[in-house]
Amino acid sequence: MLRIENLRAAVGDKLILRGVNLEVPPGEVHAIMGPNGSGKSTLAHVLAGSDAYDLTGDVHYNGIDLLALSPEARAAAGVFLAFQHPMEIPGVGNLYFLRTALNSIRKVRGLDELGAVDFLAEAREKMKLVEMDPSFMSRSVNEGFSGGEKKRNEILQMAILEPSLAILDETDSGLDIDALRVVANGVNALRGPERSMLVITHHQRLLDYVVPDRVHVMADGRIVTSGDKGLARELEEHGYTSQGPADAGRPEAVGVVS
Amino acid sequence: MTPDLKTTFRPVPPAPVSGASRGRDGVWALSRFVPQLEDEESVWLAEARQDAFEWVVDHGFPTKRDEDWKYTGLEPIRGIPFVPSAPRTDYRSVSTEIEARAGSFGGPRLVFVNGHFAPGCSRSGALPDGITLSAASSWRATGGERAQPLAPRTTRPFDHAFSALNLALSNDGAILRLADGAVIDEPIELVFFSDSGGSPVISSPRSTVVAGRDSSATIVETHVGAHGDQYWSNSFIAVVLEEGASVEHYKIQAESESAFHLALLDVRQERNSRFASHAVMLGSSIGRHEVHVSLDGSGSEVCLDGLYLPWGEQLHDNPILIDHAEPGCTSRQLYKGIVDGHGHGVFNGHILVRPGAFGTDATQSNKNLLLSDRAEVDTRPRLEIRADDVQCTHGAAVGQLDPDALFYLRSRGITEEAARGVLTYAFAREMVTRCPSEPIRDRIEKLVSERLTAMAHQPLGSPPRRDDSGRRGGARP
Repeated sequence: MLRIENLRAAVGDKLILRGVNLEVPPGEVHAIMGPNGSGKSTLAHVLAGSDAYDLTGDVHYNGIDLLALSPEARAAAGVFLAFQHPMEIPGVGNLYFLRTALNSIRKVRGLDELGAVDFLAEAREKMKLVEMDPSFMSRSVNEGFSGGEKKRNEILQMAILEPSLAILDETDSGLDIDALRVVANGVNALRGPERSMLVITHHQRLLDYVVPDRVHVMADGRIVTSGDKGLARELEEHGYTSQGPADAGRPEAVGVVS
Repeated sequence: MTPDLKTTFRPVPPAPVSGASRGRDGVWALSRFVPQLEDEESVWLAEARQDAFEWVVDHGFPTKRDEDWKYTGLEPIRGIPFVPSAPRTDYRSVSTEIEARAGSFGGPRLVFVNGHFAPGCSRSGALPDGITLSAASSWRATGGERAQPLAPRTTRPFDHAFSALNLALSNDGAILRLADGAVIDEPIELVFFSDSGGSPVISSPRSTVVAGRDSSATIVETHVGAHGDQYWSNSFIAVVLEEGASVEHYKIQAESESAFHLALLDVRQERNSRFASHAVMLGSSIGRHEVHVSLDGSGSEVCLDGLYLPWGEQLHDNPILIDHAEPGCTSRQLYKGIVDGHGHGVFNGHILVRPGAFGTDATQSNKNLLLSDRAEVDTRPRLEIRADDVQCTHGAAVGQLDPDALFYLRSRGITEEAARGVLTYAFAREMVTRCPSEPIRDRIEKLVSERLTAMAHQPLGSPPRRDDSGRRGGARP
């Protein structure tokens, strides 16, 4: 269970999250929709442990105070963020990166490290899931990957690291319909009773493939509306403007973090 | 006793102490160490040494006022009374240390200890036809210089006191002669080991490589010394590539971190020749690896790679001059620095395109990674173009580890320390992968990763404090 209470995030004097409240029970897929600049990606980065923000409020995950943990400790606790813009890291092989990541997490959990051969066998299995060519493993992390290849690589990492809370930040952006289907199939294959997902998207399109249990609408740094999957369809037809309450950006919210 | 050992130290009156003659950095005191040759065949060499020494006295050591020495203060060197060491008779005592520090690639190898040839540690093996590899002392002694004079082709006006001082004090060095069409696949190793034995020693190895038409070879220079030892290695190596020759050169500078290393690699290329160099700077307190390349024949190609990793209080200076004198030549420079602690890296790359050198294609790139807030880099790429129809690009960058890349790795469970190590190594790795020789690449990779691991295990500088009013997402463990 992920429980976010009155989460505020600021960069300098600029308040980006203005009191987010959200609960995601185990096994559920929740979508967060909203216009550009509403704070969706900030929320994703804050949950993963970015240190770019000043924070107040509480985030508990399975009873753990998530905000007190380093990004790597959160990963070990089961949190995973599929980045909207995955970093290119020249000089670091994809295979080495993934094995190092998995073994770092296994080590924290008291499990034996996986050898290169065992890991490769497992990685090959998971690559089929996202229809990725094995040659990607010998390339540098995301270097020279197309937009679609980067997103598939994110889902591959998710499949290998097997998080219990997966946050997908605009994983559908920049994908053509075929790539979207591949990515969505990968995500759906990873749905399970123990795995919660937070799917952040600007468009309803992804939600045709990854059908959410709940849909939340974010505007001006808060969740302003929640509903079932039907809400996504409504938004597609009427736009976000009808959803945001007039007081979403009220000045009283500014200055809470000082 | 072989004739080449007739080298003696000329007795001179005690060094003058008046201010005027001492003024030139006390270098005068070294005059009594200029080797004198009794061998009449080598009168020219004795004269050249004497002239070189006088050049040093006349010009003195460069200072920070000299443009090319702006960042490299020589005060520490001036303050120490360095003297050359006498040749040893027994090298067994240092051979184990040489093995441990210099390693070996199994091919032909010449070892010099404090600038003197150490036959017991060297091996020439069975060299292919047309390849001569010997110590300069033996080369002269056996009449090689008389039969095939190399010196006039490899000597030019001095650039500064150190190349002159090298000639004045040099006793020995390697001579490699590749006949036309000669090819050797195994890397030829030149090991320069220094061991002060307690008093400050200057070694002045002077080496020559002449690669005949269409010949090809790989050469590895390794500079090492006794751990923590203070000495001064002042090295010179001249490389002449005749038409169509190809030389792959490596330099591993892993001197003692208390030592001074000043070196000049002087390359001249004739038509359609190819020279590539991969240099790694790890050691010395002050280290200067200077490269001059004259592209004297059309269609020639040079590629210089450099990686410098100063930390502690080390200074690594990389002056480069590429002289495009003829049309249609290509030059490539890629230098990378990773600077930690209070280390200081300098890149000073100069491309000169002379009138008439049309069709020149020159690129130069210098990238630096600063790992500490006390680390320093000075980068000066210089293009001097006096011809039309040329393609020249240059670029320089100085930065720190990308915080977004760090976050990305950490979000996957990799610890901050490991993530820093991974990113730092990735930055250096490009230089390692550009080494074509597998055994040499493996050795360079090992040395570089050892240094980077050691850097990573230093205590990190305190992160800058920020306002603590809000809780921070990226809490440190």
